[in-house]
Amino acid sequence: MKLDVVYFAWVRERIGLPRETVETEAATVAELVAELRAREDRYDLAFSDVSAVRVALDQSLSDFDAPLTGVREIAFFPPMTGG
Amino acid sequence: MVVRVQLEDFDLGQELDRLRAGRTDIGALVSFTGLVRDDTGNLTALELEHYPGMTEAALAEIEAEAQRRWALNDSLIIHRYGPLKPGEQIMMVAAAAPHRKAAFEAADYLMDFLKSRAPFWKKEHGVEGAKWVEAKEDDEAALKRW
Repeated sequence: MKLDVVYFAWVRERIGLPRETVETEAATVAELVAELRAREDRYDLAFSDVSAVRVALDQSLSDFDAPLTGVREIAFFPPMTGG
Repeated sequence: MVVRVQLEDFDLGQELDRLRAGRTDIGALVSFTGLVRDDTGNLTALELEHYPGMTEAALAEIEAEAQRRWALNDSLIIHRYGPLKPGEQIMMVAAAAPHRKAAFEAADYLMDFLKSRAPFWKKEHGVEGAKWVEAKEDDEAALKRW
């Protein structure tokens, strides 16, 4: 399946791009993260501490165990600092 | 109920006037304004990044939940993004209710959730370089009191 993957803040800076389309068969967020980490060092670095990374599926906060079935857009970013 | 995410500044007085214009059922209007603070004198800019689409949806959901919890006449959230200078306004919330307790509590609730559930990220640019502002554990803990 094709997934739009978007990155924000230091996750975006470490990976070096704001958005990309990924072809994957990953069943869960965690499996996708493992695939990305295996690709290149910059991904491995960005996801080296997943406790510092949050995930949203189709613009709704989720978690790393969540299934990717039917998901079109996945976002990775650090804990939010609004206000 | 209004949510605005914008680059430009806002006029707090005008926003509050607009919120209560033409109505006589509001007895209490509480607002909070967040400003770019420079603790050290070294801050040149605060850059705010956000997730267009999710930001508006998250703020609207936070506001809707406040409306469900308190009997509000109306509420407003304005949050800016882009580069801001020390002293500039970052965001505001306002809660209008018949009585002050609901207005104070709802404004407090809006702020607590906006801090750690709205997809904004702050980067401080200073004379010695730039760094991302880290989320505080206190902010996450603050959600538990609601």
